[in-house]
Amino acid sequence: MKLAEIKEILQAEILTTEFDPELDIEIGCSSDLMSDILAFAQPGSVLVTSLINVQVINTANIADIKVVCFVMDKDPHQSIITHAEKNSIAVLKTKFTTFECCGLLYMNGLKSCNYTKFDNFKTYII
Amino acid sequence: MNNLIHETSKIQEITYELKIQDVMDTEYQTVNSGMAVGSLREVLRKKRILGVPVVDGTDLVGIVSIEDFIKCMENGKLGETVGTMMTMDVKTLFADEPLITAVNKFEEYGFSRFPVISRQTGKLVGIITKIDIIKGILKKLETAYQHEEERRYRASHIFNDIVADDISIDLKYFIEGKNFDKAGEASTGLKKTLNRLGFPPDIVRRVTISTYEAEINIVSYTDKGEIHAFIDSNQIRIVVTDTGPGILDIEKAMLPGFSTAPGWVRELGFGAGMGLPNIKKFTDKMTLESVVGEGTRLETVVFLDSNKNKL
Ligand SMILES: Nc1ncnc2c1ncn2[C@@H]1O[C@H](COP(=O)(O)OP(=O)(O)OP(=O)(O)O)[C@@H](O)[C@H]1O
Ligand SMILES: [Mg+2]
Repeated sequence: MKLAEIKEILQAEILTTEFDPELDIEIGCSSDLMSDILAFAQPGSVLVTSLINVQVINTANIADIKVVCFVMDKDPHQSIITHAEKNSIAVLKTKFTTFECCGLLYMNGLKSCNYTKFDNFKTYII
Repeated sequence: MNNLIHETSKIQEITYELKIQDVMDTEYQTVNSGMAVGSLREVLRKKRILGVPVVDGTDLVGIVSIEDFIKCMENGKLGETVGTMMTMDVKTLFADEPLITAVNKFEEYGFSRFPVISRQTGKLVGIITKIDIIKGILKKLETAYQHEEERRYRASHIFNDIVADDISIDLKYFIEGKNFDKAGEASTGLKKTLNRLGFPPDIVRRVTISTYEAEINIVSYTDKGEIHAFIDSNQIRIVVTDTGPGILDIEKAMLPGFSTAPGWVRELGFGAGMGLPNIKKFTDKMTLESVVGEGTRLETVVFLDSNKNKL
């Protein structure tokens, strides 16, 4: 799927000067936990997230993710946009929720990353 | 090296901008002229260097190299003093000269190192090798230029005389604890350099994911730390040390899902308890040591050889 198509589906606004409508994106991932993204996102995915800070851009960069979409019409600070541009990452924002974004993209054929649970994973209460 | 630098104006700019004192090694070894030649071998071997300046008191009086040592050995002169066989006409550089002067001198003389002298005091203040120049330029490129230029300003295009054969470069990054604005700078910088050195994207991704997780842990749990990357043509080894609180139970800390991250860390998207498991997942070797009240040391290795590669 071309990035231009993703933008249409999500009725998204482009926030960065960085935006290649012809960029091919086949896989999507979504999380607000950065380590989950680092563990399971595939290179070249689109990241849908409701977390907005500079570390989202760093995480995307480190994980070879070229497109980040912020949900629920949240406006990132200009410093985040600039940081994304510096790292050649396109940033979009959409009025849809995370749930709606993922649903729409999935319905339109975007694939999920392969999630395999870590051995012995559990959540701890401390 | 010189010609290639002339082809690449950005690199050239940097060699004018940076001074020799910005990149020189200040933790250098010296010997004195009264030392027996036979003892030189130990010094050179221990420090893994090919030459060393000779200093008497605070004065630079000469320089000796491994070739000088070999000559003495062949002539059965190992019992003589360094003073009798050193080169006394030492070619030096001034600390405040631009890097380009050093580049030109390396080209002109073909030496592997130059002592660096303070213009004010006339004393030895450092040593510079070609590797120091490369490290200085790579570090500068990490912050100075943008992502899309990485492949264009590949180090392999610029330093093909060195990078092509056996690269062995170490880079150090200092990490500030509790400062989330700067968190990730070291890992993104390292990523640029690894790309620039031409490593395969999946290797770069694995190395930098684990470095980034370690960097975030330093920022989250400690006051300060250091990331030291040892890059060579068959492996990338990363040593991360901090002087933080240490880890009480390493086995527990390694469990996926275990986290003691405070609220402010969780608000920033961390604290899933997946950092250390991620580091284990993406590296070929991982060692984690910690002493409560003293700090933590993490060492990881990613092999370039796909046979040794676990992923
Ligand atoms: N450098 C360190 N110094 C002190 N404690 C540490 C250090 N690194 C990790 N820990 C401890 O180990 C725990 C697990 O670390 P890990 O990186 O796996 O998860 P996390 O940081 O809690 O969450 P995530 O990495 O998923 O954001 C931490 O919560 C912390 O208690
Ligand atoms: Mg962590």
